[in-house]
Amino acid sequence: MSAPSAGGASRDGYGAALLRLADDPRVVVLEADLGKSTKSCLFREANPERTVSLGIAEQNMILVGAGMASSGKIPFASTFAIFTERGFEQVRNGVARPGLVVHLCGSHGGIHTGTDGSSAQSIEDLALYRTIPGMTVIHPCDDLSSEELTIQLLDHGRPSYTRTARNKTPRMYDEDSSKKLKIGKGSKLREGSDVAIIACGVMVSEAMRAAEELSKNGVEATVVDMHTIKPLDTDLIDELVQECGGIVTAEDHSVIGGLGSAVSEHVSYRGGVPVRMVGVSDRFGESGEPGELMDLMGITYGDIVDSCQSLLS
Amino acid sequence: MNSADRASDMTTSQLGELALRCRRHIVKMIHAAGAGHPGGSLSAIDIIAALYGNQLRFDVKNPDWADRDRFIMSKGHASPAVYSILYEMGFITEDDMMSFRKLGSVCQGHVDMKWTNGVDFSAGSLGMGLSFGLGCALAARMDSSNRDVWVMVGDGEIQEGQFWEAAMAADFHSVGKLNLIVDRNRIQNDDFVEVQMEVGDVGAKLASFGWDVMEIDGHDMEQVSQAIQWSSSMTASPTAIVAHTIKGKGVSFMEDNPSFHGKAPNDNELVIALEELS
Repeated sequence: MSAPSAGGASRDGYGAALLRLADDPRVVVLEADLGKSTKSCLFREANPERTVSLGIAEQNMILVGAGMASSGKIPFASTFAIFTERGFEQVRNGVARPGLVVHLCGSHGGIHTGTDGSSAQSIEDLALYRTIPGMTVIHPCDDLSSEELTIQLLDHGRPSYTRTARNKTPRMYDEDSSKKLKIGKGSKLREGSDVAIIACGVMVSEAMRAAEELSKNGVEATVVDMHTIKPLDTDLIDELVQECGGIVTAEDHSVIGGLGSAVSEHVSYRGGVPVRMVGVSDRFGESGEPGELMDLMGITYGDIVDSCQSLLS
Repeated sequence: MNSADRASDMTTSQLGELALRCRRHIVKMIHAAGAGHPGGSLSAIDIIAALYGNQLRFDVKNPDWADRDRFIMSKGHASPAVYSILYEMGFITEDDMMSFRKLGSVCQGHVDMKWTNGVDFSAGSLGMGLSFGLGCALAARMDSSNRDVWVMVGDGEIQEGQFWEAAMAADFHSVGKLNLIVDRNRIQNDDFVEVQMEVGDVGAKLASFGWDVMEIDGHDMEQVSQAIQWSSSMTASPTAIVAHTIKGKGVSFMEDNPSFHGKAPNDNELVIALEELS
């Protein structure tokens, strides 16, 4: 794996992917006023005839997507993560229940979104969409992986929710390594036999930094980018349970219902090793810079280090 | 029946007979299930019979024919009305129809495209159908297809905000192939609409949203047929038929009676209902 380099935000990768997907005439893009933010605006500029602006009306957008999917289109609908939640029941009843392939993207997920404050900081979206039968839930960690995983949605054949982040994060992949990613298969970024850190989104780079700190103290960690929260790569988790003394999960999301919960549910079923969760405790965020908020919420690389050490002691 | 070429040309009298047969199916299947929604099925069935009898292009042998017209039953609790017409058109069998609400039945409690041939929408949660129909109509336009989209909603249903989101968007996008029917039967689950939250002059509200509107007696087959033809001919902007109807129409003790919104007739009531519908 090449060293992390500066890249874009995962929402940039989403926008770049939509533009590439435009070659397929079935692809349509639906917007609810935030195309400049979600980056669907790139598709709009190149393909206005296949972009539908639905105004600030997310519930309608989701069902318009369902109707288009039932008519042979492959709709990509996006808004802020928090506002997709306004249409949760629409996704549940109107999209997933009939099995219509609508791809929903929520950008600006997590407290990492920053100064807009708690109303814009979705910390429950992954949990919500994970409960819906047949729904794929994706949360990429950088722009290149976001682009690749979005491209793969074209032939995915199931409804999906992808959470992207507002802010730039260090690249975990390069052009070649990102091509090896597969929806539903976790990606090992680092190998170590003492502890496994399973992370998603902006917490993947924090997990890598935590692993470097741990290594200085003789603790070697495996780091997994679990970009697909559902279907969860349980085969990989089973391997980690065999290889490592414990698992620490890391997410910019509530510890209730997200990646940590998904991993814990599987490990509690199959048994084996202790699991610790690094995530937003049962509380709302507030305005602040991303770094400040990560400190406040206890979701920095230091918190991951502490959890690993606590688990191993 | 293959209505792909829309060869059938039923008279209003024949459409009335079709609707009457459907009314009998409706009360029988709800009685057999011991549950269901007779009131809103009986208020809607004249319009549904006219649509399937003379207007919609579909192919029973190929229910997924891409260029079929779409009928989106947004008030999905009135599923017996849909199942009765699907049986009459040959999409489902009598056994299918009479297994309504039973485990494994293709006739689920609320209409569901995943379960039933000929059903184009999975309903059950109100306020979503017009948005879905808008998506179907936008896709048809992108495909340069001539297919029409018909959406039926209840009047209580339009208390849902999403309905008005869709109404505004349909006007903005000038989706002329979208045809709305409001079943204005004045009763919702708990009571009369005017008691629960009156929706007022629905036609004027839709007109103010940019829709072309026609108001009719939804049980007068002449008016129903003319309104359907008018709506189909209007292709520049979305059109709405506000159909003034009677909940439970055709069965005296169900008519205009909120208690038969979602209640099955008992054995004696079935006998009386079938006598009245003979």
